[in-house]
Amino acid sequence: MALQSLDIVRRSATTTPSPQVREAHTGEVAKLIDVTKCIGCKACQVACMEWNDLRDEIGSCTGHYDNPADLSEHSWTLMRFSEHETAAGDLEWLIRKDGCMHCADPGCLKACPAPGAIVQYANGIVDFNEEHCIGCGYCVTGCPFDVPRISKKDHKAYKCTLCSDRVAVGLEPACVKTCPTGAIVFGTKDDMKRHAAERVEDLKSRGFEHAGLYDPAGVGGTHVMYVLHHADQPHLYADLPAEPKISAMVGLWKGMSKPLALFAIAATAFAGFLHYIGVGPNEVDEDDEAAARREMEETR
Amino acid sequence: MSARTFPRIIRYRASTRIKHWIVAIGFVLAALSGLAMFHPSLFWLGNLFGGGTWTRLLHPFVGVAMLVAFALLAATVGGDNRMQRHDWQWLRGWREVVADRERELPEAGRYNAGQKLLYWLIVLCLVALLLSGIVIWRAYFSLFFPIELVRFAAVVHAIAATVLVCAIVVHVYAAIWVKGSVRAMTRGTVSPGWAWKHHHAWFREVLRGGGRD
Repeated sequence: MALQSLDIVRRSATTTPSPQVREAHTGEVAKLIDVTKCIGCKACQVACMEWNDLRDEIGSCTGHYDNPADLSEHSWTLMRFSEHETAAGDLEWLIRKDGCMHCADPGCLKACPAPGAIVQYANGIVDFNEEHCIGCGYCVTGCPFDVPRISKKDHKAYKCTLCSDRVAVGLEPACVKTCPTGAIVFGTKDDMKRHAAERVEDLKSRGFEHAGLYDPAGVGGTHVMYVLHHADQPHLYADLPAEPKISAMVGLWKGMSKPLALFAIAATAFAGFLHYIGVGPNEVDEDDEAAARREMEETR
Repeated sequence: MSARTFPRIIRYRASTRIKHWIVAIGFVLAALSGLAMFHPSLFWLGNLFGGGTWTRLLHPFVGVAMLVAFALLAATVGGDNRMQRHDWQWLRGWREVVADRERELPEAGRYNAGQKLLYWLIVLCLVALLLSGIVIWRAYFSLFFPIELVRFAAVVHAIAATVLVCAIVVHVYAAIWVKGSVRAMTRGTVSPGWAWKHHHAWFREVLRGGGRD
């Protein structure tokens, strides 16, 4: 057997099933990011760079602690720092580790026109296969979280892989491995939800009455989840969308419009064919030529 | 008197024919590469352009080239495509047209009302394709537009392209159906009978020494 995963449940721009005999018998995986435990040390960013052999350009200070300033083809994860003043007048520093959320219903995969450039494994990880990527950027258009980035150099799309290479051999993602406070944990999605429930209970008992788990149903849930102190206001965390879902525009573009358009084109061509068979060619006969000749002579 | 003493009528001069065929080739290439990226079942069309990445690269440039050529063509044929009052009457008799009984309708000029409507539909589609195409041209322009606009533009691009392809299918079919039309665009001339039957008002204009392309 060649080196293939045999557990592909969804494949971009592909209408027939992919090899998927291997199932996630131990459950789908998830990474749980407990924002309330994060100290903003950026060790996860460094671990991501190390494991994936990525080095972003050294930028310049843009007036906040986010470094680099944004996700890029070289920075697949990024701590986003937000300052929040509570009603009581306390300052809270909300630090969210941004990156691919690994949606159960991935907008990028839905939008991708290149067969096999984006796949979803049985364990829930959404992965880009850059060798099949054509660089159109439709994944950017489809993503509800603004995650994929197109390289300026090779024009391929890149994002967090959830360390699919590590997970495939039973290791946890690099960011999880390195997190010094245990703010990032990894396991089956069920376990992570249970763990999150305990964390939420603890936070509530300590005055964070709106603490909760961020696992948005609009995209079928995600395989990267957050524990938030203010789950009722996700936008506080560097504009985390409250109800992310695949845009209706993308749904229309990648849903109904595809079969309808092909049908319309085929039907137009077929109607023409039937018309030709029914009415026959529109020819100029001798009478027409004779009439034309008469008129020409009259005008001479 | 034999028909040979009556010369054929010039309908399209060489420059118009060349412009038309540049637009036509551009359209075919843009449509094939666009369809490759539009529907998974047609992704193989991208092989004609050297694979998916080359298809993505070439498509917008081909589209812009087609548009420039069309603008040049429109400068020649646009004036004759203005809708006039008798055109609407001609359109109301579309059943006579498709049944090959156009004699019962008002005389058509250089272009009949159906051709004119098709022309304006194509203009509309091309404008929509250009504007939406710039917005979804990821390599150079998408970054400058909000994501919701990019999504909207993707839908507009798909719809306008579908309408345009259907319009061109009609255009090509009409050329196949009305015998003598293809010759007009390949060799430039039509027989007097053709002009008399299909574009009677134009025929008389030609006899009066006008109606030049």
